[in-house]
Amino acid sequence: MATAIPVLPEPQARALASAYAAAVSVRRWRGAAVLVTIILLALVSGYLAHVRPVTLVTNIGNFGSFIVRTIPDFSSGNLLADMRAWYWNFPAWLGLLGQTILIAYLGTLMGAVAAFALCFVASANLARSRWSRVGARRLLEFCRTVPDIVFALIFVIAFGLGPMAGVFALAIHTTGALGKLFAEVVENIDMKPVEGLQATGASWIQTVRYGVLPQVAPGFASYALLRFEINVRGAGVMGFVGAGGIGQEFLVAIRNFYYSDVSAILLMIIATVIVIDLVTEQVRHRLIGFEGAR
Amino acid sequence: MSESFSTSAGPSGRGRLSAAARADLAGLKARHPEAFRLSPRNRAMVILVPLAIIAVAFGAMVALDFSLIRILNGLSRLGRFAVLMMPPAPEGRFFVFLGALGETLGIAFLGTLTAALLAFPVAFLAARNVIPNIFVHFGTRRAFDVIRSVDTLIWALMWINVVGLGPFAGVLAMACSDFGSFGKLFSEAIEATDGKASEGIAASGGSRVHQVRFGLVPGVLPVIASQVLYYFETNTRSATIIGIVGAGGVGIYLTELIRVLELKQVAFLILMILVTVAIIDFISTRLRLAIIGNKKIV
Repeated sequence: MATAIPVLPEPQARALASAYAAAVSVRRWRGAAVLVTIILLALVSGYLAHVRPVTLVTNIGNFGSFIVRTIPDFSSGNLLADMRAWYWNFPAWLGLLGQTILIAYLGTLMGAVAAFALCFVASANLARSRWSRVGARRLLEFCRTVPDIVFALIFVIAFGLGPMAGVFALAIHTTGALGKLFAEVVENIDMKPVEGLQATGASWIQTVRYGVLPQVAPGFASYALLRFEINVRGAGVMGFVGAGGIGQEFLVAIRNFYYSDVSAILLMIIATVIVIDLVTEQVRHRLIGFEGAR
Repeated sequence: MSESFSTSAGPSGRGRLSAAARADLAGLKARHPEAFRLSPRNRAMVILVPLAIIAVAFGAMVALDFSLIRILNGLSRLGRFAVLMMPPAPEGRFFVFLGALGETLGIAFLGTLTAALLAFPVAFLAARNVIPNIFVHFGTRRAFDVIRSVDTLIWALMWINVVGLGPFAGVLAMACSDFGSFGKLFSEAIEATDGKASEGIAASGGSRVHQVRFGLVPGVLPVIASQVLYYFETNTRSATIIGIVGAGGVGIYLTELIRVLELKQVAFLILMILVTVAIIDFISTRLRLAIIGNKKIV
C-alpha cells in the first residue's frame, strides 16, 4: 500500500523552514556562548591552579613507572613466598583496616543519631517554630560544609592523636549531611497520619513516633547505609592527619617510596571499599523493596 | 479491601463498620491475632537489630580506645579553642587567603571539567543499551568502581610523585577520582533514557552513530550537565582540603594555621570557605534549576 506524503505548498514550507532555522540558530548561539564561557573559565582556572601541560607531558612517564614499580616481583618458582614478602605486614594492616571500618561505623552511627534528633526540628512540615527550624538548618549546613578532615585536624589537637578524633570528625560531618537528607525525607511524607494524630490530641513526640517514624524509617536506614559507604572512604584518609585508621601507614609508604607496600595497602583499601559497597547496596535494595511492598 | 468497602457503602457505612469492629474488638483479636501484633520474625528483628547495632558500637568504642577522661579533657580544650577563635580575623593575610581560595576554585572547576570530558565518551561503553556486549560494559563498570573507591587525597599523593607539589597535582587527582564517579552516573543516565528516539532514528535509516548522537545525547545532556554542576559544588568543598597533602588550595594554610594554633585566622579562613561555598551552591543550584527544573538527581 503506497502512501503519498502530501507536500506543503511552497510559501508555507518556506515559512516553516525559516522558523526552524531561527529556532535552531538561537539554540546554536546559546550553545556557543556556553562553550565560550566554559573555555574562558577553564583558562582562568588553569592559570589559578598553575596548570603546566608541559610538565605533565614530560613527566607522565613517571606515573607509568610509578605504577610499574609498585608491582612486586613475582617469580614463577616461589609464588607463595613472594606473596608473603609482598604482604609482609598483613596482620597489622588488617588490624588497621578493621580500625578504619570501626571508625566509619561509629562515626556514621553517632552522626545518624544526631541527625535523627535534628531532622524533625529542621523539616518545614513538622517544625514548631520558625526560629528553631532556621537554627537547625544553619547548624546542619555548617557541619556539612566544613570538611571532615578539618574537624579531624582540630580534634587531633584537642583529643590527642588516635582514632577517637577521627570518629568525632566523621560524626559531625555525617550529622550535617544526613540531617539534610533526613529532613528532606520527612518533608516528603504523607501528612494524613500526622493530622489524624494531632486531631486525637497527641503530643509532638507522640505524633513523630506514631505518625512520622513508620513512614521515614526505611528511607533513613537507606541513607545511613549510603553514608557508611562514603565514610569508609573518608576514614581511610583520616590517618593522613593522625586520626587513626590505615591512612597513616599508607602515607608513610608513599612518602618513603616503599613501592610494594603502596600497592599492597591500596589493593586492600580498594577491596574493602568495593565489598562494603556491594553489601550495603544489597541491604539498601532490600530496605527499599520492603518499603515498596507495604 | 476495607477501602473498596467503605467507598461503596459511603461514609456512614464506614462508621457502621468501625463501630461494629470496636464492639467486637476482643473477638477480632482472638480470630486474627497476626494483624494485632508483629510476627515473631519481625519482633525478633525489631529487638535484635538495634541490640546488635549498640553492641557493635560498644565493642568499637573499646577497640578504638575511647576514654571518658580524654573526651572531657578534649571538650574543655575545644571550649578554650572556641574562645581563642573569637573574633575571627585575617591578621593581615586576607589577600593571601583570597588567592588560595581562587586556587581552590580553579582546582575544583578544572578537575570537574576534565573528569566530565574524559568520562563522557567512556560512559557510553559502560551503558547496556549502547554496548550490548556484557564483557565490555561490565568491565568498564568495574573499572569505574575501582577508580571511584580510591579517595581524592590518595590520588593527590600519587600525582604529586608525577608533577610535583602544587595545585596541578590537585587538579589531576580530582579529575581521576571524579572520572570514576562520573562514569558510573553518566552510564546510568544513558541507560535510563527511553529507546524510542533511537528507534525512530533507526527506522528513518540512521546509523548507530546517528542513533547515539541524535537519539541519546540530547536526552542525557541536561541530566549530565546537572550532575556535573552538582559535583562542582561538592568538589569546591573537597578542594579546600586537598592542600593537606600539598596539592594546592587553602588546605595548606588550614593545616599550618591549625598546627600552630593561629585560631583567629583559622576561624576567618573557615568563614571565607563557608561564604565561597554558599555562593557557588547558589549559582549552581540556579543553573541546575534552569537546566532540568526541580528534579532530583543521583
